[in-house]
Amino acid sequence: MISGIFHSSYEKDMALRHTHAQKIRLVILIIALIAFPFFANRYYLTLANQVGIAVIGAIGLNILVGYTGQISLGQGGFMAVGAYAAGLLTVRLGMPWWASTLLACAVTALVGALFGIPSLRLKGLYLAIATLSAQVIILWVVTHWTGLTGGNDALVVPDPMLFGLKINSDFNFYWVVWGIAIIVTLLTVNLFRTRFGRAFIAIRDQDIAASVMGVDLFKYKLLAFAISSFWVGMAGALTAHYRNIVTWERFTVDVSVLYLAMIIIGGLGSVTGSYLGAMFMTLLPVLLTNLGRAMKGSFPVLETILPFIQQGAFGLVIILFLIFEPEGLNKIWKNLKDYFRLWPFSY
Amino acid sequence: MALFIQLTLTGLTNGAILALAALGFVLIYKSSDVINFAQGEFLLIGAYVIFGLVAQVGIFWPVSLILTVLIAVALGVVVERLVLRPMIGEPIISVIMVTIGLSSLLKAIVSAIWGTIPQAFPAFIPSAPVKILGATVGEDRLWALVIAVLMLGLFNIFFTRSREGIAMRAVADDQQAALSMGISVKKIFAWAWSIAAATAALGGLLVANIVGVSGELAGFGLRVFPVVILGGLDSIPGAIIGGIIIGLLEAYTGGYIGQGLNQVLPFVVLIVILMVRPYGLFGQEIIERV
Repeated sequence: MISGIFHSSYEKDMALRHTHAQKIRLVILIIALIAFPFFANRYYLTLANQVGIAVIGAIGLNILVGYTGQISLGQGGFMAVGAYAAGLLTVRLGMPWWASTLLACAVTALVGALFGIPSLRLKGLYLAIATLSAQVIILWVVTHWTGLTGGNDALVVPDPMLFGLKINSDFNFYWVVWGIAIIVTLLTVNLFRTRFGRAFIAIRDQDIAASVMGVDLFKYKLLAFAISSFWVGMAGALTAHYRNIVTWERFTVDVSVLYLAMIIIGGLGSVTGSYLGAMFMTLLPVLLTNLGRAMKGSFPVLETILPFIQQGAFGLVIILFLIFEPEGLNKIWKNLKDYFRLWPFSY
Repeated sequence: MALFIQLTLTGLTNGAILALAALGFVLIYKSSDVINFAQGEFLLIGAYVIFGLVAQVGIFWPVSLILTVLIAVALGVVVERLVLRPMIGEPIISVIMVTIGLSSLLKAIVSAIWGTIPQAFPAFIPSAPVKILGATVGEDRLWALVIAVLMLGLFNIFFTRSREGIAMRAVADDQQAALSMGISVKKIFAWAWSIAAATAALGGLLVANIVGVSGELAGFGLRVFPVVILGGLDSIPGAIIGGIIIGLLEAYTGGYIGQGLNQVLPFVVLIVILMVRPYGLFGQEIIERV
């Protein structure tokens, strides 16, 4: 019977994974990730790529909201910056996709830090509204600076090339997206074992106390905005390269809300939670559509109200999670593990 | 000069409508520290319910108006009881998110019942153009101005004279102290939500009369944020003055500069003001202690 996890050396204490069960689960997960594209058909690969991009964006947002405690409603705007920067650098300057993606991330990080400046004086609600204005301002610039972005016209981006191979199928793109997602995961998990990550968490828990302990609030809050926006920009840039097309409709306020919902339903301040939330929120509408199609025969009215059911379910899921499991899917996953670890006792 | 007067009038009346919608926000924030992202949907529901009662069922409009207010009050109470009460004591982000979820749910319900095609609003408020100082303005817009000013007066009396109003201020100030003085905090929250829903329904009615009934009305909720932040989230005069400033600003930029700048300028002003006065023009500064 295990009564807890105890460490007898510093290496073990610092390890990301402590138990055999965790290591075995990781190996199974990696094998599943590698094997998946060889067995899945095109439909499932598309879904997997969408989930992968959402995971990168959700991890980015979680760094800011979940770990640093700065509420942001500007996710859609920052993704738009990433997507348009990547698209324009590829189309106008003829950069290879990886260079334009990295540069786009850097540009988004700068824009994110710029809109993060009010965070020094604002908190909670007021910051949420300030980031909401970032979203409105960015989208306005994107739609009105027609000379640069093409305004309401879609920006067409060519297929990315890697090692002389055109990445134009879902199968090829899978490796790119999930490769990047794993790099982002590793970097983020390790970020919170450095002084920067610890400073972020200190700011979240009590910023005045953190400042008294010598954490430079201005520097670290801006840094959190920059790092978070870097990954959000990555998600935007990958959307551009994956869809081959960039339009502003893909980055409205609804997207900001969707990503916030992902990290809240997944679990704030947890990388695993970002994964679970991104998966859940991407697959929920798909599942509802399929259910609706399956039941169309018996209930013809479903056809017309299906979009509203999706929208309503989105709202309902958020409300129910916040009322009944505020810590999200991550907590449910933990409870599940505890249940089996401690079985047959309840604790 | 004629253009200036015209724009000023348009701005003032638009501002009055914005202020009316903002009142609901401030009321809820003042008593329960919750910012209601579903306020736009409350407007939407108010507009659609009265549209349904007058145009589809065919009830005489004053009766419909009273029915709509009653339905809005019921909605406010239900929302407070089922959704917001479990959120007491939860972090701000959860409260923000739960009202966002609520807005999505309410919008879905409205679209499922009435569809998404914009409809003409039954004309029982006169909207004939009126000439003032050489500028023309719809009569319904003037009514909006009158109603907004009236509401401000009523709320002022309510908060300074009535038992419930004073209790509401006490709850906003300190919930525990209010409880120990025998005020039912739960009852006060229910009051705040039902009054907010009712004012939103009235606001929705006025807006729908000017722009027609459609899902776009909910977007009005977004336009109200600069107003409440500008005035300060917990100040009723702030909501009115913020509404008028934003209304005028939108009208002037729309009239003199154009190019859709009037949609984004309020948000730019918002950021600038927040940088200088983080609690808005009239908001109460909160002193934080560790």
